[in-house]
Amino acid sequence: MWEIFKKEIRSFLGSFIAYIVMGVFLIITGIFMWLIQGNNVLDLGVASLQVMFNIAPYILIFLVSAITMRSLSEERRLGTIEILTTRPVSDISILMGKYLAAVALIVFTLLPTLFYYYTIHSLADPLQGIDTGGTWGSYLGLILLAASYASIGMFASSLTDNQIVSLIISMVLCFFWYGVLNLLGDIKALDAIGKSLEWFGLDFHYQSISRGVLDTRDIIYFLGFIATFIGGTKLVFESRKW
Amino acid sequence: MAVNDISFNIPSGEIVGFLGPNGAGKSTTMKILTGYIPASQGDAVVCGLNLNTDSLAVRKLVGYLPEHNPLYLDMYVTEYLLFAAGIAGVKNPKSALEKSIELTQLAPERNKKISQLSKGYRQRVGLAQALIHDPQVLILDEPTSGLDPNQVVEMRNVIKNLGKDKTVLLSTHIMQEVEAMCNRVILINKGKIVADDSLQGLKNSSPSESLESIFRQLTSHVGNI
Repeated sequence: MWEIFKKEIRSFLGSFIAYIVMGVFLIITGIFMWLIQGNNVLDLGVASLQVMFNIAPYILIFLVSAITMRSLSEERRLGTIEILTTRPVSDISILMGKYLAAVALIVFTLLPTLFYYYTIHSLADPLQGIDTGGTWGSYLGLILLAASYASIGMFASSLTDNQIVSLIISMVLCFFWYGVLNLLGDIKALDAIGKSLEWFGLDFHYQSISRGVLDTRDIIYFLGFIATFIGGTKLVFESRKW
Repeated sequence: MAVNDISFNIPSGEIVGFLGPNGAGKSTTMKILTGYIPASQGDAVVCGLNLNTDSLAVRKLVGYLPEHNPLYLDMYVTEYLLFAAGIAGVKNPKSALEKSIELTQLAPERNKKISQLSKGYRQRVGLAQALIHDPQVLILDEPTSGLDPNQVVEMRNVIKNLGKDKTVLLSTHIMQEVEAMCNRVILINKGKIVADDSLQGLKNSSPSESLESIFRQLTSHVGNI
């Protein structure tokens, strides 16, 4: 598994995907946090990273899908999948190696935003004014959310040997689970059904963790979500054997 | 169903040519023997291990060069071979790398990117990948296809050398190749074995004819319809 993990990381770094993803993420969150008039941290006057945590899920839909779009589709297109799957490694360790590499890259992308935390922490009045618990909760939520996106992206990339198709499927699925289910919950006419649909969406649990209260139900939801999509990926991956 | 009721047994230390027209089921048989796809019925046994139950153990003993020689073009030769050693579970990747580079005579190109290599050298990288873990069995799917005559001869020599202490199953549809390398020939057509004999035995079956016309007689579609 770690051999695959290392290879994936090297391929991210070698193909510049890593730098582009990190650069784009920092630039866009930076613009939203500090530059956009009326809605940036300084104008709002609230010592929190909420601006970033609101916008990041949408940026990550695109970036995570871009990270994972080639993970399996490229192997299929090149035919190297036949080499990987005839080596003494199980299918699940191939998939987990690739999946964990994507998650590692996402975590690495989020790291530089700790500067934002430090900045706001230093600017806050009084000095300890930033909601530390809420911020760390939000970071954990964001990582779990992005990890869920990555499992969707892997699944999408197992379906096709075309990277663009994989990217689009992944973005649509991510948006559905993050955005659409959440919007359904707001429709008054749907009432209780809408609320339970909202519960199935990623945003409900992301918001819940962001409040800084770690609820095991949310953690279990995310882990179950990831396991489901990796299970689906494994199913498609093994369909060659049917 | 691509292959139907194929049954053969290869003792160790033989180079076996696996022949047949396109679509006869050569690649499918090889994919089954390497554990890429399972046999829908029956057993495939390599080195005494059944692929249905011990697929992972078999894969440690088998080196495989798939058809069209898939490679990661953006990797460097040594990087790729070290990766291949890693996923094959090789204990000492560095020395395995040196050994397979030596066996396939890759040394002059070892520091290049795979995308910069000529087809002949790419084929050697594929072969080096297949034997990096010093497998007992080598399964090579059309190892010489698309090479120029010089490269073909060099490739044959490499494979012949390997055949001295390994079991090699290679597929091809070039008859000269079989004459140059193999001790034994298995000929399949439409998923069934139509001949399984030593090279000499096959020649003796109709001494007046070339191997090519024997091949044509056994696999020709005319008369079967």
